Amino acid sequence: MDRDQATRNGPGFNRRDFLKGSGAAVAATAMATAAAEQQAAAQQQAAKLAPAAPQTITLNVNGVDKKLTVEPRVVLMDALRDDLNLTGCKDVCDRANCGACTVLINGRPVYSCTRFAIDVEGQKIVTAESLHSPEKTDTVIEKFCEHDGMQCGFCTPGFVMAVRGFCNAKPKATLDDCRKGLGGNICRCGTYAGVLQAAFDTAQAMPAKGGA
Amino acid sequence: MAERKVGWEPQGQHTIVGKEVQRTDGKQKASGQAKYSNDANPPGTLYAKLLTCPHAHAKLVSLDVEQAKAVKGVKAVQVMAEVGQEFRYEGWPIVAIAAERREYAEDGLRAIVAKFEVLPHFVDEADLKGAEAAEITDGGMAVKLTKSLGTQKKGDVEAALKEAKHVHKGHYGVTTITHMCLETHGSHATWDGDKLNVELSTQNVSGTAGQYVKPLGVDAANVSIHCDFIGGGFGSKFAVDEWDVACAKLAKTTGKPVRLMLDRATEMQIAGNRPSAFVDVTVGCDADGKITAWDSHHWGTNGPKGGTVALTVTPYVFNPPNKTSTATGIITHCGPDRAWRAPNHPQACAYTDTALDDLAAKAGIDCLSFFQKNLDLTNLPNIYGPELEIAAKLMDWKAKWHPRGQGAAKGSVKYGVGLALHTWGGGPHQSNVLLKVHPDGTVEILMGSQDIGTGTRTCIAMVAAETFGIPLSSVKVNIGSNKYPQAGPSGGSTTIGGVSGPTRRTSQQALWKIFDLVAAKYNVDAATLAAKAGKIVSGAKEICTWQQAASLVGPMALELTGGPVTEEEGLTSKQVGGVQMAEVAVDTETGIVRMVKMVAVQDIGLVFNRLLARSQVYGALIMGIAYSLSEERIMDNKTGKFINANTVDYKLPRIGDIGDLVVEFYEPESEYKRGVVGLGEPPVIAPGAAISNAVANAIGVRVPVLPLTPKRVLDALRKA
Repeated sequence: MDRDQATRNGPGFNRRDFLKGSGAAVAATAMATAAAEQQAAAQQQAAKLAPAAPQTITLNVNGVDKKLTVEPRVVLMDALRDDLNLTGCKDVCDRANCGACTVLINGRPVYSCTRFAIDVEGQKIVTAESLHSPEKTDTVIEKFCEHDGMQCGFCTPGFVMAVRGFCNAKPKATLDDCRKGLGGNICRCGTYAGVLQAAFDTAQAMPAKGGA
Repeated sequence: MAERKVGWEPQGQHTIVGKEVQRTDGKQKASGQAKYSNDANPPGTLYAKLLTCPHAHAKLVSLDVEQAKAVKGVKAVQVMAEVGQEFRYEGWPIVAIAAERREYAEDGLRAIVAKFEVLPHFVDEADLKGAEAAEITDGGMAVKLTKSLGTQKKGDVEAALKEAKHVHKGHYGVTTITHMCLETHGSHATWDGDKLNVELSTQNVSGTAGQYVKPLGVDAANVSIHCDFIGGGFGSKFAVDEWDVACAKLAKTTGKPVRLMLDRATEMQIAGNRPSAFVDVTVGCDADGKITAWDSHHWGTNGPKGGTVALTVTPYVFNPPNKTSTATGIITHCGPDRAWRAPNHPQACAYTDTALDDLAAKAGIDCLSFFQKNLDLTNLPNIYGPELEIAAKLMDWKAKWHPRGQGAAKGSVKYGVGLALHTWGGGPHQSNVLLKVHPDGTVEILMGSQDIGTGTRTCIAMVAAETFGIPLSSVKVNIGSNKYPQAGPSGGSTTIGGVSGPTRRTSQQALWKIFDLVAAKYNVDAATLAAKAGKIVSGAKEICTWQQAASLVGPMALELTGGPVTEEEGLTSKQVGGVQMAEVAVDTETGIVRMVKMVAVQDIGLVFNRLLARSQVYGALIMGIAYSLSEERIMDNKTGKFINANTVDYKLPRIGDIGDLVVEFYEPESEYKRGVVGLGEPPVIAPGAAISNAVANAIGVRVPVLPLTPKRVLDALRKA
């Protein structure tokens, strides 16, 4: 999945930034100092990756900055689950296929099993846990309950996040839009009928895009 | 007035039971706040992983774990196999490693040096002749891979087939599928002195502690099993597995909590599957379309034990006057089977109702009329009869059915409809309950049960809320611990009957005690009292609030225990029938089958929670669509490996692949009066045959083996 411009310029490391920094900077017509700075930053990021040494990073999860120390190879899913005890993102397929580990990063649904934790520093990570508290429950959770879009519940938080992200991007989605847009999650109990209705209802409850 | 008799209210008179009631733990589940065994993560928890056998059949020649012990972060290494040991399928556990993090455990596994002598294997479940001819040794001795599982006979099949007006010979098959629980098998173990606490992903909370005794030397009374939520079981999570024992050993060695959950590939290789069945059938009927004879031989595998589908369900549901069925099991170097939702039934239904559908086509009869004509050969003609009519209406069968292959087409896409029927027991399991009515009016229930997705907590709470006339929020249900009164395992559609029965009886008994207290205090006749909407009433007159009544129990809670439900109580029953119809669209150029619509009409006695019951049927239909159209275990004959042991290549339907699903409960008073019957298994049985029959109706030829993948569809079209 591509990133938007804001993300690309964010403080987090990603391969794209690294490549841009090391290659494009040389040919850049910008000021030499800026290019040098960019390159230095890129090299610093590259150095971060080289050894497996654990690094202390800060992740912004559900609006709160959390410090943790992880090796560069640790994926976001494991960092959330094992380091931050946010186990709503589930460990199911281990290969970006089933969607059970879906979280929102800067508002967009992402499989957290295929993003490095150090890669998402400075980005806004939202997990399913944040959608329900004694004070406030997100519409998507209400709708999943209303239509019983769950059985064992193991795929449910991932599906909930996929629906949340989908509806943010496509308010007023039709049933057919939901069928097409939510194919990234697997449920073994077979809760798709309830999930579909929940997604549709959630989309209808959204203000129209660009509107109120 | 109200007679003191255990039972449900007459149909239409419950206020909560039978209604659409949302899960009491739904928000917890949906928001990821529900904790599964895989989420157990107290401070210091070590992460464990398994090294498994990469071969279908091999002997362990040498094993060196010393370097693994030295790997950074690795805390303990538990060897689970011996040098010289023979492994009979891929994925057999050899070593478990516990480390501070998952990645360290993976580093540890890579540092193990295991050498194998690879031995000849056999994994082709459909190839009976190949199995007979295979030269395989086990422990150095030659072994025969086929096992006769007997023959069942009734009447004179040979004579009946000679006399039959129409005879059909066919070959059908259902390949092996796995359970594919999204939460893999495993546990989290902690020792507290000589006490073992386990977060076990189990369908059997009350029945698993004892399984730790022998391998660990722990006292059964010192084992706590805990499981608040389980991420799918489908019949595969009744026992403590050897990797759970290894997990507890690692916890003992390290003095730390350890979590060991199988990885996805190992889960699919060794943690259960549904046996395959391939069958040669000859079936005959008279000029009126009455089935007179069935003759079959089926074979298949359940892995190393060499079993297949039971003879007792062959042919399925229909019991013709003359029948012979023979079964042969094949031993394969594939992972062992476990109970899979409605064991034996889906496969037997898939090869019976397809063969009968082919016979109907040969006789030139609409298969709906054909099935209707033969209902007297079934166990539940009075249920299937009306259900077929309801289903036909919901499917618009008359308008949609056409002689095979002769329906309307849109370009290369052809449409067709098919049907099948099924039966299941679903009687209650044995559960006990501890019920407390607290003086503040809240009700507490403790039961060593579990929620595998059924909505166990919700349904138990509904019983008490209904009986005491109080809101669901006033009932606190505690399940998921073996320290609560013993409850049966959740399998075979036994749970809702099993837990609701004892809870209803015990709640009624508690209420009667409270009525007596109210009667004495307010000087009314106890026999006139009823509990409704938070009040105790006598006719139209309010005597006191529920809280006032509950406060009469004294400073401590009124505590009652209740044992398993009995058939005489009339709260529960067993044996249900269901009918399903499928409509499909088949692209004859690509071989892709798409679901258009499925209709399920199901008898389950008293429908307990309409919202959750509908969920069960939806889920069963979708699971049925999965094994009918896409999912199957694919073994590579050459290497003996399960080559699609991952979620990418093991194809499950997605949200857009299921078509329209229509669920209808068949609930006349006669069925309602039977009380609660389980629902989990029955609706997963018929989809295979219903969908296969719909495809045959669409394209005019039978695609003999499930799942009906594009390749199989195109092969069948080419052969025609």
